[in-house]
Amino acid sequence: MLEINNISTFYGNIQALHDVSLKINEGEIITLIGANGAGKTTTLLSVSGIVQPKSGEILFKGEPIHRMKPDKIVQMGICQVPEGRHIFPYLTVSENLDMGAFLRKDREGIKKDLEQIYDLFPRLAERRHQQGGTLSGGEQQMLAISRALMARPRLLLLDEPSLGLAPLIVQQIFEIIKKIKEESGTTIFLVEQNANLALKVADRGYVMETGRVTMEDKASSLLSNEDVKKAYLGI
Amino acid sequence: MDYFLQLFLSGLTKGSIYALIALGYTMVYGIIQLINFAHGEIYMIGAFTALIVASVLTILGFSGLSILILAGIAAVIYSSAYGYTMEKIAYRPLRNAPRLSPLISAIGMSIFLQNYVLLAQTSDFLPFPALIPEFEFLKPVSHIMSSAELVIILSSAVIMVLLTFFIKFTRMGKAMRATAQDKKMARLVGIDVDKVISLTFIVGSSLAALGGILIASHIGQINFYIGFIAGIKAFTAAVLGGIGSIPGAVLGALILGWTESFATGYVSSDYEDVFAFALLVLILIFRPAGILGKSSAQKV
Ligand SMILES: Nc1ncnc2c1ncn2[C@@H]1O[C@H](COP(=O)(O)OP(=O)(O)OP(=O)(O)O)[C@@H](O)[C@H]1O
Ligand SMILES: [Mg+2]
Repeated sequence: MLEINNISTFYGNIQALHDVSLKINEGEIITLIGANGAGKTTTLLSVSGIVQPKSGEILFKGEPIHRMKPDKIVQMGICQVPEGRHIFPYLTVSENLDMGAFLRKDREGIKKDLEQIYDLFPRLAERRHQQGGTLSGGEQQMLAISRALMARPRLLLLDEPSLGLAPLIVQQIFEIIKKIKEESGTTIFLVEQNANLALKVADRGYVMETGRVTMEDKASSLLSNEDVKKAYLGI
Repeated sequence: MDYFLQLFLSGLTKGSIYALIALGYTMVYGIIQLINFAHGEIYMIGAFTALIVASVLTILGFSGLSILILAGIAAVIYSSAYGYTMEKIAYRPLRNAPRLSPLISAIGMSIFLQNYVLLAQTSDFLPFPALIPEFEFLKPVSHIMSSAELVIILSSAVIMVLLTFFIKFTRMGKAMRATAQDKKMARLVGIDVDKVISLTFIVGSSLAALGGILIASHIGQINFYIGFIAGIKAFTAAVLGGIGSIPGAVLGALILGWTESFATGYVSSDYEDVFAFALLVLILIFRPAGILGKSSAQKV
């Protein structure tokens, strides 16, 4: 479904990605793990068109998207929940969700999806008229994921959804990720520092070090890999 | 009491015009953190467009109110085109440059437009036709309020209500607020940020053009320099209210209008500007973010 072929991405003169290649099949959850500064966020931003790779290509359903503008990429069905959630702080919860559906025209469908989201997250329903910036971290993460779902993505990119959240909330978030995949068949590209949890929900995993993909395997195999255990699982 | 009322209403009139211009400053600032120094010139160009169209329509035999409306539409279209183009050629290429660069570009744009109109027209004041008719029913209170004042106050109020509605409830209005608050996230939900910025310039320029035609037909003369003066006042109003905040711009403009009007009426017309800018200094000392300004991120 998504094919990243040998991309190199730069910030000014700093090369953040070196020939990164990676593949996601339809209906899969894949995870990309790696230390701080490895280039995980840059990989996701390259897919969304926020930064453009200098070389290499990104194909979505066979079509090149690496020169497209971000709004065109969203239009194709790729949505991202960025690192740090990026809730619109002065829009209400319901306006934040409206923005998720910005490119959709089917009013009826939007309304139905909104109700579904409110059923799934009663906390958001209670706070629908509250400004996004006033929500707790966990609530903001739920809102960020919900906002992305409002676009009915075919491919969902999640950048460290567990960052800074209490263990109980993290559990909840991962339950939701599983549920999204099972109920709507959405393909998921999950970036995580919490390698243990990520590898447990994912089908396959990639390990990234200083801008390069260094390992790629079935998630279960990575979980039992000695190097991964030592470096990322803290065992 | 009549005198007080008269000053109150003339302050409200002035304030309404300042508000129409200040909204453009504050909306542009809210979305790209740029003080668009050339915004006053857009207002001036609106007034000139209206003058030219009004002169032609007068020759063609149109009457007062219909000229006002047609000339207003022409001014809005022409000023919007200028605002849109200005952003495209003078600010967009500098989007990622240090903040001082677009500011200098804006000052350059302002000087360019002033001189361009100066050369194309004249440096003299040109008479502007009184397009707002005298209403019969205002005759008994004409010493308190003129027809022009009534029209300016009412049309500004309607325009501001429409603007609020647009920004609060429409899809593009929400996209504008979202873009002002977080551009990267706006892109990630599929908003074409460049388009939203263009739209902001178009809306701001339209409001300034309307302000231009209303005040020109009230005062009765225009020249190439009116944009500079009005621009500074409106900018003051926007800062006073809290730059980036829409209700702030309106509030700041009204306070400024009243300050000037009462200072003129009870002290001396020489002190109009002294009071206006003294007020600005005081606000900036005690509330640097402006009356309704949030200290950092709140925009539009
Ligand atoms: N806007 C930027 N300007 C310059 N360098 C950047 C920028 N963003 C990231 N980098 C650099 O690119 C490299 C990769 O960063 P990236 O954010 O992709 O890492 P990451 O794997 O997501 O890290 P983390 O786990 O901390 O989120 C880092 O060396 C970082 O310093
Ligand atoms: Mg990151």
